[in-house]
Amino acid sequence: MGLPEFWFVVIAVLFGGYFVLEGFDFGVGMLMPFIGRGHESGDTRRRVLLNTIGPVWDANEVWLLTAGGAMFAAFGGWYATLFSAMYFPLLLILVGLIVRVVSIEWRGKINDPRWRMWCDVGIGLGSWIPALLWGVAFANVVRGLPIDAEHQFTGSFFTLLNPYALLGGLTTLLVFATHGAVFLALKTTGVIRDDAARYAVRLSMAMLVVAGVFLLWTQLAYGKDWTWGPVVIAALAAVGAVAATLRRAEGLAFAATTIAIIGTVITLFGSLYPNVLPSTTNPAYNLTVENTSSSHYTLTIMTWAACFITPVVIAYQGWSYWVFRQRISIEQIPPSIGLPSLRA
Amino acid sequence: MDVVDVSRWQFGITTVYHFILVPLTIGLAPMIAVMQTVWYVTGNEQWLRATKFFGKLFLINFALGVATGIVQEFQFGMNWSEYSRFVADVFGAPLALEGLVAFFLESTFIGLWIFGWDRLPKRLHLAAIWLVAIGVNASAYFIVAANSWMQHPVGVHWDPVRGRPAMDDFWAVITNNTTLAAFPHVIAGALLTASTFVAGIGCWWMARNMWRAKRLEDAADAAIDAEPVPDAVSPSHVDATPEQLRDDAHTLWRPVARFGLWLTVVAGVALFITGDFQAQIMFKQQPMKMAAAESLCESETGAGFSVLSIGRQNNCDNIDHVITAPGMLSFLADHRFDTRLQGVKELQAQYAKEFNKPEQNFAPNLFVTYWSFRAMITWAVGSALLAFAGLWFTRRKQVISSRRFGLFALWMLPAPFLANSSGWIFTEMGRQPWVVAPNWVDNLDPLRISMFVHNGVSRHTAGTVWVSLITLTLLYGILGLIWFGLQRRYVIEGPSARSDVASSSGDDADTDAPEQLSFAY
Repeated sequence: MGLPEFWFVVIAVLFGGYFVLEGFDFGVGMLMPFIGRGHESGDTRRRVLLNTIGPVWDANEVWLLTAGGAMFAAFGGWYATLFSAMYFPLLLILVGLIVRVVSIEWRGKINDPRWRMWCDVGIGLGSWIPALLWGVAFANVVRGLPIDAEHQFTGSFFTLLNPYALLGGLTTLLVFATHGAVFLALKTTGVIRDDAARYAVRLSMAMLVVAGVFLLWTQLAYGKDWTWGPVVIAALAAVGAVAATLRRAEGLAFAATTIAIIGTVITLFGSLYPNVLPSTTNPAYNLTVENTSSSHYTLTIMTWAACFITPVVIAYQGWSYWVFRQRISIEQIPPSIGLPSLRA
Repeated sequence: MDVVDVSRWQFGITTVYHFILVPLTIGLAPMIAVMQTVWYVTGNEQWLRATKFFGKLFLINFALGVATGIVQEFQFGMNWSEYSRFVADVFGAPLALEGLVAFFLESTFIGLWIFGWDRLPKRLHLAAIWLVAIGVNASAYFIVAANSWMQHPVGVHWDPVRGRPAMDDFWAVITNNTTLAAFPHVIAGALLTASTFVAGIGCWWMARNMWRAKRLEDAADAAIDAEPVPDAVSPSHVDATPEQLRDDAHTLWRPVARFGLWLTVVAGVALFITGDFQAQIMFKQQPMKMAAAESLCESETGAGFSVLSIGRQNNCDNIDHVITAPGMLSFLADHRFDTRLQGVKELQAQYAKEFNKPEQNFAPNLFVTYWSFRAMITWAVGSALLAFAGLWFTRRKQVISSRRFGLFALWMLPAPFLANSSGWIFTEMGRQPWVVAPNWVDNLDPLRISMFVHNGVSRHTAGTVWVSLITLTLLYGILGLIWFGLQRRYVIEGPSARSDVASSSGDDADTDAPEQLSFAY
């Protein structure tokens, strides 16, 4: 395996890590309006949800920034064409991520129902939009885009809204929602845990159907022989997720949704290789690992850096999960220390 | 406006916005780490209150800093894809390393610091904030290295097969002399920002406490049963007695303010030295930028420093120098009063000939570069005024009780922010029309390893970029107002009462006992 191939794998790992870790962050954000609804203690319930990801969501998001930086460093041509082609989806994702960051951090700063409602809207938008659009974007990468000989995108926003890509978006939406519900069941106690477990059952069933169709479509239209492996593993994991949520085996269910996400990412990247972005105009215009990679020297430097630093990063990030491993219940949420609203 | 102009505005707005928040984060993280260390070492509870008070302000700022930073990572590919293709071999590496080394560090340990007050042993919790401080500064190093490469490309050769520069010396890229000069300047600017912030707020609270103590006593003396404190906006301090207020002014606010004031002096000296060093490099490596900054149109021996000039237009034809300090500009350039400096016109002729582009304007916007350079220096004076006055008024255990000085301290808070913005606007607009400036000094194939801004832009329609420009400007505008409102409320609220801060830590019971979390969103 040459260095360009190695870096293709690294990019896949970084996006895989991002989807596994931010997947449940998005899921928790998506479920906030539902699990908190209709109760007297609604706001406290929402705070329980938020605090399950409280200490870790920021570092989870860094997987995306590092994936973007690594793409720029290792495959500049891929970074340039992809991000200028996906202009509007990416802009929407960025808007979503921006409002989510500030909504999470600022929500408890003012003790006022209307303030918190607006922050919940921000967390909701910032979870639903990226959860949908990441699937749309990655399905389009596998499917290919109209790209000319100079590696310029010649389509429009509507080129991106094809049935396969929309199914991809629905898949990530449901996978992340399920992943989030399962994570919540694992991280909470009491009524929240019961609610989350109920949502996890229904969501995992919907996920199994939609993700199954998407995986099969991917495999039949773009797959290779060996990608049947990850497809089958992902499908089995999805079945396992349904079974585990029905039996309320929370640890197993979380492992199953994690494996389903990893299997899907391997399927997508595996189907893509050796292209990084196929051209639907003419296969000769495909962006490939070869024609977009940086020089051997750059990749060598980056490889040394990655090999030394990544284990350290994974170690301390893992440690932070260990520190905050305890389950959270409604009783543990302290009263809001936000300042009162200025409105009388 | 065509797509180049819209894209430039878009990048300028989002970057300037990001850099309003960034210096406060970079400077405040180590300051909070120092405050917490003092508490850890001495056990003095006042420093714990200061840590928690400035910690809240830090986190309000950190959130928006992160939010606006996300956009930067993707904007190169979205709006400047031709540039991204051209520089990918060198420019991506520092970005990726920034994510790997710095972003992971700061984001993981900020989570541990926020939520770890009673989960982590005190020593580890202190280590967490220090690691955040290291992370934010490391991130600045990598991104300044990336930017410096655009100002002064090194460590590359021309790759004729790919038609773009290829990196051959990573060490040269990250030890670029432009980086080594710019990074300390940026860090000193960030420290100036944070120290002015801490000092200004400290001075204001000190004055406020003393003034309120006096009001309370006057009211008690006159035995008036009216509302004692008319400006009581912060509920946690309404019940404070005059003695407590005075005690806080002496034992909390005076040390905090003097910490900020001394750091302002240190940062100011560092800014002066690093700025001088940077200017000398710039005169050699980017003579056009410095000529434009001084509106030095004609080449001169023993050039004077223009203190004030009047020019109606952005060109050399109608600039009138009103006040000039003779020989000073040459002195700035290489510490000799009689050095010959090239003017804009001579450089223009020289570049037009070298690049064989007689139509191309090689000069940046003279008006913006001239005034942003002066604005940067002038705004920094605001911090200096506060530092000297504050240190004088708090000498020999004195405290500030003048309400007017308290307000003056608050009014100085925006000055370093404006200085930072002016400095970056000067640096970046002075690089125009280049996105990768040619490197003449090291003779690094400047004709090919260089790129005009108009060649770096993505091939979008102007309308496409308008959508993102308007979306991000509106969003940032709204969030900026909320940021300001929150900072204002939390500054006025002040630190929590003394009885609130003492918290036991290190007792990590792993039962599900419903003991409340020390912090929850």
